[in-house]
Amino acid sequence: MKKITVLNVALVGNPNTGKTSLFNQLTGLKQKVGNYPGITVDKKIGKCKLSENIIADVIDLPGTYSINPTTLDESIVLDSLLNKNNETFPDLVVVVAEVENLKRNLLLFSQIKDLQIPTILAINMEDQMVRKGISIDVEKLKEELKSEIILISARKNSGVDALKKEILNYKNWSTEQFAQISDKIDSTFFNEIKSKFNNDSLYKSWLLITQQQNCSFLTEAQHEKINSFKNDSEKIKKYQHKETIYRYQLINQILKQTYKVDKIQATDLRSRLDKILTHKVFGYVIFAAILLLIFQSIFEWASYPMDLIDGFFANLSELVKQHLKPGTLTDLIAEGIIPGIGGVVIFIPQIAILFLFIAILEETGYMSRVVFLMDKIMRKFGMSGKSIIPLISGTACAIPAIMASRNISNWKERLITILVVPFTTCSARLPVYAILIALIIPAKRVWGIFNLQGLTLMGLYLLGFAAAISSAILLNNVLKIENKSMFVIEMPNYKLPSVKNVFYEVVEKTKAFIFGAGKIILALSIVLWFLASNGSSNFKNAEEIVRKEHKVETISEEALQKKIASYKLESSYIGTMGKTLEPVIKPLGYDWKIGIALISSFAAREVFVGALATIYSVESDNDDTTTIKSRMASEVNPETGEKRFSFATGVSLLLFYAFAMQCIGTLAIVKRETKSWKWPILQLVGMGLLAYITAFIGFTILS
Amino acid sequence: MGDTIATLQIGETGVIEDFSLDVIPLNLLEMGCLPGKEVRLIQIAPFNDPLYIKVNGSHLAIRKEMAGKINITKLF
Repeated sequence: MKKITVLNVALVGNPNTGKTSLFNQLTGLKQKVGNYPGITVDKKIGKCKLSENIIADVIDLPGTYSINPTTLDESIVLDSLLNKNNETFPDLVVVVAEVENLKRNLLLFSQIKDLQIPTILAINMEDQMVRKGISIDVEKLKEELKSEIILISARKNSGVDALKKEILNYKNWSTEQFAQISDKIDSTFFNEIKSKFNNDSLYKSWLLITQQQNCSFLTEAQHEKINSFKNDSEKIKKYQHKETIYRYQLINQILKQTYKVDKIQATDLRSRLDKILTHKVFGYVIFAAILLLIFQSIFEWASYPMDLIDGFFANLSELVKQHLKPGTLTDLIAEGIIPGIGGVVIFIPQIAILFLFIAILEETGYMSRVVFLMDKIMRKFGMSGKSIIPLISGTACAIPAIMASRNISNWKERLITILVVPFTTCSARLPVYAILIALIIPAKRVWGIFNLQGLTLMGLYLLGFAAAISSAILLNNVLKIENKSMFVIEMPNYKLPSVKNVFYEVVEKTKAFIFGAGKIILALSIVLWFLASNGSSNFKNAEEIVRKEHKVETISEEALQKKIASYKLESSYIGTMGKTLEPVIKPLGYDWKIGIALISSFAAREVFVGALATIYSVESDNDDTTTIKSRMASEVNPETGEKRFSFATGVSLLLFYAFAMQCIGTLAIVKRETKSWKWPILQLVGMGLLAYITAFIGFTILS
Repeated sequence: MGDTIATLQIGETGVIEDFSLDVIPLNLLEMGCLPGKEVRLIQIAPFNDPLYIKVNGSHLAIRKEMAGKINITKLF
């Protein structure tokens, strides 16, 4: 048997260089997404066979313009390249550059070269060179950069095999540094560093000194050494600037000899598209039209697969009940696990469609134009143009939306975005809205064309956005966080989206949702099942007690069974919880049964419908909405003799669900992203109070 | 008052003068916005902010506030 060697290969590069395309070409479907310890930045690793007995573990590091990090994603790059003890520490680095922006890409290359890890430069999009009038003297460039260079076209899969072959040779690559920063900036200062960190490379020590947050993997002694240089932060900043300018000087000199552009080939298409897409009128019209298309598809197209999924899991539960031996285990599977998994799977169509659109918009370069268009407006609310992506994603699910806020470098803007995203109407609210609207709003047409129920739903969406915006304004005025604006975005060239990249992106994001939020929803569904199917002594003797009560009356066995079921629920743990909650929620027009549904909603809001279905012992063969609906419609409030789901209660519930933070998954992700319990607790309490107060006002006025 | 990137008209070009290093964030430098480089204003977003510029081969969008701190000499 042959011995298999595994090489760690890190892909590093600026955003928009086709780094991900190259990653997809190298690894195909053999990729997985993990997490870096402690943070939720996705770590993409894929396997690539280089030769008979050598396999590469390719790590796709987040796109960055420099190894001096300004965002969380970027600090991963620095960490990965400095921490030698990390099991994924690269044996070699592939720096992906793009032919048109080679100069800027070489800055990052020059920094990485100075780390003295074997490094190769892969210049991507070589197929565009002729069209753009670019010519490169590769041999000369190799000599000047002291590095191997490969021209590739990741999209057309050319040069990728040559790259694989060259990687096998990595031990022979030069690890000579690109620049000697010390003499050009301040040799006394750098000599001091050198003498203090005698064993380490000067550039690495310098990098550690310049970082605002100390890297986590250092020892106490190292921290002390670093901190001794940190007190003069002005000086460090000045030297960082000098270093950058010096690097660019060297790069310019090199490129003058090796890189030529024929200027006549102007970027026509780009400027023409920019004129339209960032136009002060058409720009917004086009963006609004795209948003409309996205929403339309999320709600229209996704409803077909969602209905199928719903039906499938309902049938599966039935099937399990019929074919397995009755007992606790069967109940757990049929009533806890299967509906729990179903509750996760049902969101996949909407989330996949949403991310399909977002991936396309990002791939084409359009998203940067949206950020450009929206920045000024969003800033009025304390956010950034970059907040648009999280706010749109929030209409599917707040969890990936909050993760999408990571590339906002200004902490205050990012924090506000994270805090207000849960107000946007996520897809979990939809089933709740749907059933409540069907109960309290007549299916009438207004002005001939609009459906009144549809209008109400749209109103709730607008309400969500309005709540997000107004709380952002409030937070912007209340939060006292000094933060320098570092807003710089690249406006990349327009290009056609690559099917492969879009596909992998959608698969990856959907997987992240299923295994992130899904786990929590599933776990809570099981807990809820347990709480609903266990209880104190009354629960255990339910059958006896109910039969005793109905001894004298003649009552069909079927009706008796239903009464037993609802008695059981009332005396189960969750029933007890609902009853305890009742005094608090009574002013909103709810009883203990709705209380149970509210508690259950903490797993995921849409559990509300299922919980009510269980409570009203709708045990028909399929979970048909009309059955639950008619059961809810006929529910009577024993105190007033009126309908339980009156107009006032319905409105009160709609308002409650619009504002309340009923999602453990979101709270967990906010905790992880902000590294503090303060913010998720603020969301829970703040949004809860708002929900309670508005629901109370709504109910009081209308009843 | 001298010219800054914020005082350029659409289509105009200038050369970046030496700027005070502590007002310009490092990441702007790293993206190619360096003293001595030509900068052209391509587009201004609605509501006059941010600015879409081409500098040193890079296409960037920066906020007006920052653009106002970068002194330039107008060329044409």
